[in-house]
Amino acid sequence: MCGVREMKLDQSRAPLYEAMREHRLNRVVPFDVPGHKGGRGNRTLTEFLGENCLKNDVNSMKPLDNLCHPVSVIKQAQELAADAFGAENSVFIVNGATGAVQAMIMSLCKAGDKIILPRNVHRSAINALVVCGAIPVYVNPGVNGRLGIPLGMTPEEVERAVVANPEAKAVLVNNPTYYGICSDLKKIVEIAHRHGLKVLCDEVHGTHFYFGEGLPISGMAAGADMSAVSVHKTGGSLTQSALLLLGKGINPDYVRQIINLTQTTSASYLLMASLDLARQNLAINGREFYAKTLENVNYARGEINAAGGYYAFGSELCDGGAFYGFDGTKLSVHTRAMGLAGIEVYDLLRDEYGIQIEFGDIGNILAIITGGDRTLEIERLISALSEIKRLYGRSPVGLYDHEYINPTVDMPPQAAFYAERETLPIESTAGRICSEFVMCYPPGIPILAPGERITADILDYISFAKEKGCSLTGCRDMRVEFLDVVK
Amino acid sequence: MELWFTENHTDSIKFSIKIKRHLVSEQSEFQKIDILDSYELGRILVLDGFLMLTEKDEYIYHEMITHVPMATNPDIKRVLVIGAGDGGTIRELTRYGSIEHIDMVEIDRRVVEICREYLPQTAGKLDDPRLTIYYEDGLKFVRGRENEYDLIIVDSTDPFGPGEGLFTKEFYGNCYKALTSDGILVNQHESTFYDEYAEIMKRAHSRIKSFFPTALVYSAHIPTYPSGHWLFGFASKRFDPRRDQQADWWLAQGIRTRYYNQYVHSGCFALPNNVRDVLRETPAAK
Repeated sequence: MCGVREMKLDQSRAPLYEAMREHRLNRVVPFDVPGHKGGRGNRTLTEFLGENCLKNDVNSMKPLDNLCHPVSVIKQAQELAADAFGAENSVFIVNGATGAVQAMIMSLCKAGDKIILPRNVHRSAINALVVCGAIPVYVNPGVNGRLGIPLGMTPEEVERAVVANPEAKAVLVNNPTYYGICSDLKKIVEIAHRHGLKVLCDEVHGTHFYFGEGLPISGMAAGADMSAVSVHKTGGSLTQSALLLLGKGINPDYVRQIINLTQTTSASYLLMASLDLARQNLAINGREFYAKTLENVNYARGEINAAGGYYAFGSELCDGGAFYGFDGTKLSVHTRAMGLAGIEVYDLLRDEYGIQIEFGDIGNILAIITGGDRTLEIERLISALSEIKRLYGRSPVGLYDHEYINPTVDMPPQAAFYAERETLPIESTAGRICSEFVMCYPPGIPILAPGERITADILDYISFAKEKGCSLTGCRDMRVEFLDVVK
Repeated sequence: MELWFTENHTDSIKFSIKIKRHLVSEQSEFQKIDILDSYELGRILVLDGFLMLTEKDEYIYHEMITHVPMATNPDIKRVLVIGAGDGGTIRELTRYGSIEHIDMVEIDRRVVEICREYLPQTAGKLDDPRLTIYYEDGLKFVRGRENEYDLIIVDSTDPFGPGEGLFTKEFYGNCYKALTSDGILVNQHESTFYDEYAEIMKRAHSRIKSFFPTALVYSAHIPTYPSGHWLFGFASKRFDPRRDQQADWWLAQGIRTRYYNQYVHSGCFALPNNVRDVLRETPAAK
């Protein structure tokens, strides 16, 4: 559990935001991009987004610094973020946490280097392997049989992988998984460092670990070397903004070079200002905000469990192993016991009750609740779930009972992705090596990734997910009737 | 000096009342509560800037929301009232000796406390021994009830702000569950004259229709509400208020009313074409 850290810098400042305000007050005449010129060039867009938004949509310039080469206000804003998150350095990312995950992997791994990671990573991590040619060594995550979901990695499994692959460069850890499950990060860091490996954290769903109390330990606090933090998810910045956090042994200038290989040279000031202000707000009000979040989620979890049928799981499942810790801010609800796939509940909530949740998969749904929710909306969610149970609940017979199949990797992702391909009807691909991704989105954890052996079991799973209405993505064939396999 | 209270009926239409004194202005946990004393309409209750009642015409709303269902099923014994912090609906209900128990669920305790002090005309019967008041969210309360009430009255504010949850499909479904097999649901149903309200009314009606075999709308003339023409929803599992009206029983109760009577009862379901047209466009939600 993390305590609240001492911060050294004056966290009430927001240097980028302050500079942008001053720039506006100076009424500088814009003969640069963007061409909408403060919104005057596109009236409908201005009415839709608001005048302030368009006026603040500016481009890099001396007084506002440049994300590719930060020397003034962006640099200061990044220093404040590093201080607030307890990191040595931080980098603003405007290409989503996907950009941060890829920057982490590509900063440590070159073509042919090995990286140890759980198979239930987000597609962004495996994408990075396709791009840079690193070789994955998968640690099979534990699986909870009742819920059918993948868990974390046990330190024992990690150690076994590290010993078997002493030349590996890094271990990547989900902290937490989408469902809120954490591995024993401190121990994994200790094992990895003992063997000379770096530890990367995918903390896309863990911004709040840095500011809340009573939550699992954050990557930086556990001694991890790098972490990708999706501040827009639960930290309050704009969608697509993220932070890359760096620990002591990581050279920030090299990381910047790696990021500049793929990141835009026209970083959005709206996104960057939102990171600056989200960091300021979290540093000042984060503890209180996440206390309210936990209170809201715990209330909803209790009411949903009291209503019966559903199982809103929590820290009672922690077992000291693959389910080492649980992020109490996640409202993960198991739906299969009342005969409904998570995706069915997800669709009913939106279509019948006007309630949008984060995702539904085969057996579970996930709702994101924060301190920004109002009681009346939380009551609506609980009541709608209770109505769905009354009106649609049935026997769970015939429902698919697992969420996750550990695949066999027969080829490195990059080799399989760029190999000569053959397109086959999906049902006749069993036994072949897949050369593309198949996943339900969300959650975006690949069912198949390039280089993995296709099995009848995996094909059954895909067909069930399709039938229940999951949105399947990743393949060249958008309808997922054909799959590309290695020739 | 002149003091006027103005309510925006739409973005371009205002309704103003000249005020003698501003008696209460308080921000509660849920909303802004104001009580005004006017020259012609008596005291006025305003929530978040929206006029809720005036002493001059509140009886129309409160009589119509209670006597129509009561004169349809004389066996109504257990009643749930949601909202109604001003007490007007409770006042009308307590006039029936046949009612055994009333649960009232109001989210905002301060509305009740302030009305007790400043609006005794409506809040005067809140001490009736048959009444239990719960201060909680209506949606939450009704979620936990099953087969308990013969009548549920939804005396809500507009569907923006604290009353929002009371216009949702999950709320109507939970009401259905909380009602007995003879159950009746009556609700404040907005109006169709201004487009913004019309949309809300249409959606609410469609949602109610998806649960109840009988789902009707009736109207009353309420001078201080936007457009003056106000609607109520009558939904029921078994009763049709036109066919099952118990006029003789109701007259025998000897309840003196100023708007409702047995003729209004049958007449209020006769809707003008401008309302019928909107309703016809409202299919039952799936």
